[in-house]
Amino acid sequence: MARLNLLLLAALVACAVSLVTSRYQARQLFVELERGQTLARGYDVEYGQLQLEQSTWAMPARIEKIAREQLKMQLPPPGRVHVLGQSPR
Amino acid sequence: MTTATLSRPATAPKLPRLRASVLFSMLLALFALLAARSLYLQWFDNRFLQEQGSSRYSRDLEVPAHRGRVLDRFGAPLAISTPVKAIWAWPDKVEATPAQRQALAAALDLEPDALAARLSAGDEFVYLKRSVAPEVAARVAALGIKGVHEDDEYRRYYPDGEVMSHVLGFTGDGDVGQEGIELAQQSWLGGAPGSRRVIINRRGEVVEDVASIRSPREGRDLALSIDSRLQYLAYRELKAAVDVNKAKAGSLVILDTKTGEILALANWPSYNPNNHSRVPRDRMRNRALTDIFEPGSTLKPFTIAAALESGKVQPSTIIDTAPGTLTIGAATIHDAHREGALTVEQVIQKSSNVGAAKIALSLPAEKMWQTLSGSGFGAPPKTGFPGEVSGRLRPAKTWRPIEQATIAYGHGIAVNLVQLARAYTIFATDGEVKPVTLFKEAGPVGGAPVVKPATARAVRRMLELVTLPGGTAPKAQVPGYRVAGKTGTAHKLEAGGYVNKYVSSFVGFAPVSNPRLVVAVMIDEPTGSQYYGGSVAAPVFSSVMGAALRLLGVPTDAPLNQPFLPPQDAVPEET
Repeated sequence: MARLNLLLLAALVACAVSLVTSRYQARQLFVELERGQTLARGYDVEYGQLQLEQSTWAMPARIEKIAREQLKMQLPPPGRVHVLGQSPR
Repeated sequence: MTTATLSRPATAPKLPRLRASVLFSMLLALFALLAARSLYLQWFDNRFLQEQGSSRYSRDLEVPAHRGRVLDRFGAPLAISTPVKAIWAWPDKVEATPAQRQALAAALDLEPDALAARLSAGDEFVYLKRSVAPEVAARVAALGIKGVHEDDEYRRYYPDGEVMSHVLGFTGDGDVGQEGIELAQQSWLGGAPGSRRVIINRRGEVVEDVASIRSPREGRDLALSIDSRLQYLAYRELKAAVDVNKAKAGSLVILDTKTGEILALANWPSYNPNNHSRVPRDRMRNRALTDIFEPGSTLKPFTIAAALESGKVQPSTIIDTAPGTLTIGAATIHDAHREGALTVEQVIQKSSNVGAAKIALSLPAEKMWQTLSGSGFGAPPKTGFPGEVSGRLRPAKTWRPIEQATIAYGHGIAVNLVQLARAYTIFATDGEVKPVTLFKEAGPVGGAPVVKPATARAVRRMLELVTLPGGTAPKAQVPGYRVAGKTGTAHKLEAGGYVNKYVSSFVGFAPVSNPRLVVAVMIDEPTGSQYYGGSVAAPVFSSVMGAALRLLGVPTDAPLNQPFLPPQDAVPEET
């Protein structure tokens, strides 16, 4: 009887210690999760801002201006266009 | 009792019975008091203590939810919300040295005087600056001025600015939609912030999630039918045309004939939605949907379609338009240029008012009304845009003969530009009117049949003649593509009478062999040297249609080296 009680006591102590450690670990992991989520939110915001920046740089008006003024591009006159895959008319 | 006394050890002193029981009951009463008190605190008056307890370790945190993005049909962002800071203060609690004030003004990009004025507002809460970039807010926080605080808020950005403003609208305080799609789709786009209870440690770090009080609902993204490349093109060409013709306003709509999607919808004058606080309301109107006008000759094809449907005329039937006037009761209809006998095809090609009126008068009013109503006139186009109007199409029973004659060439009826563009889908398809939408569709959308396929094809042929030699709009031609369309030049109605101000329009589609796009152009009050739809609106149609078909990679259906017609071949059209 006394031996069984001792065994149970040992098991109880072991359980208690493992509860404490797992609780501690859970908190640690949770803090990490929290940090990760904050980071993810931050990246989300940054992604939105980068998208904005990209569409600002890629504005058709800006591209057209650069193409016409800096690169001196122009639309080819109709006579200089050949359509591939069609018999010449 | 006697047995107990007997069992007691003989050495125990004998206590007076009364004293023992008094002491015993006093102790019992005290214990009962304690038990009652603890029972009371534990079960009945527990709120205060529980609040006090939990306030030492738990916090309710707000979980922010952002507003959904608005995207174009290819996923390019048209409207994005991004977090910013609002800097605010209680002026009477601000403690700052003059140097700190200087630094604060510099950080916020405010005049020092303006800042001082805000900070002398007394005990009221004041915003020093709203929609501040997070980096700027961090610099302000680094100054460490007492009484100056910051709040999180969202700000919406519209990268396309004035090009897209009428469709999108804008949001106001709290990122809530106030105009346009932002308003109409508020419940879809808007997010609702949530709230959760957490346990914090002594450093204020969150160590455990206790409960989610309210889960946040993120705003959802919304894909529009707009193609931002075509939208830019439409806006650029429209703006140029309004400038050249010194016009008051203008609108342009591009529709996909297969799905009824609005690929572009541009208006001038426009405004920048990123900074809309001082823009007059007048500029914010999405004229293509909220303004009506008398369409003029762009309505003639519907009269002809009704006549072909009834079997009263064939495309080659001769209509005598001599001597260029037609008197009905007290009113007389004029043709600007006299023609003699015209075929029905030529009535469209040369846009003869007398011809259209004569054809209309040979029809029952009910038949004409059916074709017009079936094409969508007189009913809102149901694009999902707030404030769209239904135009004016009176019931056929109330038409007098003169009205039936004028409606034949687009007077006495009022439409908006989207309705007009949509109605032309019956000629661009085989007689079906497509439902229009501002939202992206997954595939081709079926339409409601309005006229027989043979009728639609016959009118399509007539509309192509308009852009060929002898028509009113050779300037609508696009190299490499067969185009079809109709010009309109209508006197404006002011204070009950027609005045010498015009609305010039052109509605057409291309390529004729397999129509892909409908483009409708409306220029309001051109005051330059030209005012005919064929010279004001048709060139806009040509440049927009040409560039749009190239961008979409639509195969050509006409020779590329087809020479442009000299403009003097154009027939001036009726007004």
